[in-house]
Amino acid sequence: MSRQWQIFAAFFRIGIFGFGGGPSMIPLFHAEVVKRYQWMPEQEFSDTLAIGNTLPGPIATKMAGYIGFRVGGTLGAINAVIANIVPSIIAMILMLTLLSAYKDQSWVAGMGQGVLPVVVVMMAKLTWDFFDKSRSSFGIKGTLLIASVTAIALLGLGLHPAIIIVSLLIIALLRADKSQGIQPLTAQSNSKKASVEK
Amino acid sequence: MIDTYWQLFLAFFIPNVIGYGGGPAIIPLIEIEVVSHYQWLNLQEFSEILALGNSLPSPIATKMAGHIGYMVGGITGAVIAVFATVAPSLLLMIFLLAILYRYKDSVKVKSMTLFVRPVIAVMMAILTFKLLQNSYADSGALHSAGLIICAYLLLERAKLHPALVIGSALAYGGVFLG
Repeated sequence: MSRQWQIFAAFFRIGIFGFGGGPSMIPLFHAEVVKRYQWMPEQEFSDTLAIGNTLPGPIATKMAGYIGFRVGGTLGAINAVIANIVPSIIAMILMLTLLSAYKDQSWVAGMGQGVLPVVVVMMAKLTWDFFDKSRSSFGIKGTLLIASVTAIALLGLGLHPAIIIVSLLIIALLRADKSQGIQPLTAQSNSKKASVEK
Repeated sequence: MIDTYWQLFLAFFIPNVIGYGGGPAIIPLIEIEVVSHYQWLNLQEFSEILALGNSLPSPIATKMAGHIGYMVGGITGAVIAVFATVAPSLLLMIFLLAILYRYKDSVKVKSMTLFVRPVIAVMMAILTFKLLQNSYADSGALHSAGLIICAYLLLERAKLHPALVIGSALAYGGVFLG
């Protein structure tokens, strides 16, 4: 089997079995890349994951693209990303286009209404997860301080979130210079590595 | 059309370069662009995309980009939106690997995610509230509350697969809310 075909098969499988979004796909990446094809040793895989996490944007496509690049060059990177994400994008477009073709039917509108409360629950869960993660790694005071400033800036002043986030990123970079070593962070990164190595 | 393509690029580029903290972090950032700013779709359509996106595999960011790009600008639009989502951080990773490797355990870099997380949490809370308001306006208090409680129990207590819960909600809505 040719190298490119292997890349396609590996990332296609990860893409179609990876339910639950990017981060929950990491064990599947590990199974294909480290175990099945042995394209990377364990340590390099967890390094790649750690490096991917230093950058913004979805983790799955960074992993797929980078590993594809390492194994099969530029073509490998494109191949891996396409195999990983295109099948579900097509499924998504087909389903939603079908739904909007029958938009005028009252039962289709009803389906949209029925699913809205489920999305409320999913978003509420994500909101809680983010608060909770923030609270445990950043402390309740810091979390509430940034949260209140954000709420005022977004709702009161109508600022674009990018302005708030970029300002905070700059503060984070300047501040970390002074206070080296916030403890819970190192603990977090170690546990992340440990879970990958399992 | 070129204008639209450029807007599509920006609408997905910006959330993905500031969206620290993992995949779902970009959901409220994208909502700001595509619903509030460019008004390509309304909140109801956005929530349908989220619902179906959550019941299909692979990352939510690329599915949203692909579909919204397609809605706004056809296949070219989809390619542009997905490219804006995937390419910037992937190219940085490939070209700056050696530099990034040195910073992968750096406190500085980790504190970036840390500082952004509360912002995302607030944005998600606002989005959740807006969705809740929409649901109340469309389906009334009784249906909304009932579906929210059922969805919570099935997703979080019974740990049912999201695709099943969303499928049931679609069926319920089609029969009882149509």
